[in-house]
Amino acid sequence: MSTPSPIRRGAPRFGDSARLLQQARIAGPMPWVIAIMIALTVMAAAAGLALNNIAGSARDEIAGGITVQIVEGAPIERDRQAERAVSYFSNREDVASVRRVPDEELSALLAPWLGDVGAAEDDGVPIPALVDVRLSGPVTAQRLRNMRDELLAQAPAARIDAQASWLGPVFDAVRSLQFLAIGLIALLALTSAAAVWLAARSALGSNRETIEVIHHLGGTDGQIAGIFQRSIAWDAALGGAAGLLLGLAAVFMLGQQFAGLGSGLVAGGGLGPLDWLAIAAIPVIGIVLAVITARLTVIAALRRMI
Amino acid sequence: MSDPESSIVQFANVGLRYGTDREVLSDISFTLYPGSFYFLTGASGAGKTSMLKLLYLAQRPSRGIISMFGEDVITLPRNCLPGVRRRIGVVFQDFRLVPHLSTFDNVALPLRISGMSEERLQKPVADMLEWVGLDHRSEARPETLSGGEQQRAAIARAVIARPEILVADEPTGNVDPEMAVKLLRLFEALNRLGTTVVVATHDVHLLRKVPDSLIMRLDKGKLSDPTGALRYPPKRDLPKRDLPSRDVPQRELPRK
Repeated sequence: MSTPSPIRRGAPRFGDSARLLQQARIAGPMPWVIAIMIALTVMAAAAGLALNNIAGSARDEIAGGITVQIVEGAPIERDRQAERAVSYFSNREDVASVRRVPDEELSALLAPWLGDVGAAEDDGVPIPALVDVRLSGPVTAQRLRNMRDELLAQAPAARIDAQASWLGPVFDAVRSLQFLAIGLIALLALTSAAAVWLAARSALGSNRETIEVIHHLGGTDGQIAGIFQRSIAWDAALGGAAGLLLGLAAVFMLGQQFAGLGSGLVAGGGLGPLDWLAIAAIPVIGIVLAVITARLTVIAALRRMI
Repeated sequence: MSDPESSIVQFANVGLRYGTDREVLSDISFTLYPGSFYFLTGASGAGKTSMLKLLYLAQRPSRGIISMFGEDVITLPRNCLPGVRRRIGVVFQDFRLVPHLSTFDNVALPLRISGMSEERLQKPVADMLEWVGLDHRSEARPETLSGGEQQRAAIARAVIARPEILVADEPTGNVDPEMAVKLLRLFEALNRLGTTVVVATHDVHLLRKVPDSLIMRLDKGKLSDPTGALRYPPKRDLPKRDLPSRDVPQRELPRK
């Protein structure tokens, strides 16, 4: 990457050491590199935060939920066992709500796959009765096992499952995607730091003679590093602002696309105020990272001079 | 080492080698006194520039002890060296003016490094430019200056912060004889204000132009002392002058 001189005339002066040599910001590719990195980081962070929200809201929704199926071919016996199951759960103190899913609702749920469920049952396809139970507190394996044992004594055709177990693989996938987003952000941060390192070294090389003169005239490492820090901070600020805008535009467009899906799961992925705050902090963190990288690079190079 | 109290620079058994080559300077021992004018002579390749690099702390010796302003600069922590360097003015052989800065900004550089405010530095820099005859070229970039003008800008930069030692490497090497004499008069004027001046030159004719000067001669990395410059007590009385205050107003500087 070719890096124009950070030490040029005609630029704004900041602080004491800026007067050593007037500087202009590094033009060229650096702000664009930072803009692309920040835009990608914003998108990865937004995706990670949205996935976190999706997982959180789904978890809240199904926490404490269990489903009881009465798999019994004979309709009368199925109804009887379903009533017993409803009665069993209604009498427990740790149950927040219990509801037998009406047959009409069940038929409507299955219609896309089985067509008219009433007709199917007449043809000999039994439809199980469903009881939706919401426990107070989480569903633990022990709790589920105890309830299963007690319920089977009253309704032998009952099958009892925690709702969370159905979505376990989905949560695992969401968690993997979150780790992927975190990994991407870390890689982007590393790549940005490497780009700044290369730019700072290149700028040091192209300004070596001037730096030596300042050094021999009694300039401190901090004063010389300050020139580069301000240059890179200005670039990172410009690139960060552009990257944030690009990233937000992409996040907004993707958000609109997902909102159009109308899925209950995706609907929980909206970003909250804290999420937006975290995203807005990305360019600031980028500037800090760039400045620290530039300072460390320049100081390390200057230490080789006496 | 002799009389560390009154000396400004002391070298004791200093040797310098680059990498694993043979020593370019061997067993260099001398003492410089405040307010003296020294010529460092020798043929090309004798080690003059290497010795000056040691003097303005651009190079560490391979062995020996160097003491400046009463401090052992070899063991001095690195973060203290800029403070020592600010007491030394350097005229580089190739001027080393910063190409993107105007003459004014180049001359102002040491003052900005030392943290002087923009308001305070305007007058001293303008006076210094007038002193070296570059007041009409203050906004010119180095590439538009003639060799002599660049030389004078480099000298102005070296002396603007009123250093206690001025080190000049072949300062007359790129100018005509008339300009060379003019530059020497500048150095003499500074020396009269108390600055210790060390001028490296291979031009033996120049030595006669400054009658009070002392001569150190380098030959194949070894130092000899034809005028007793290195002897203690000195062969002749050193000029008795007070060191200049760092706040001496620039109007007190001699005019060109």
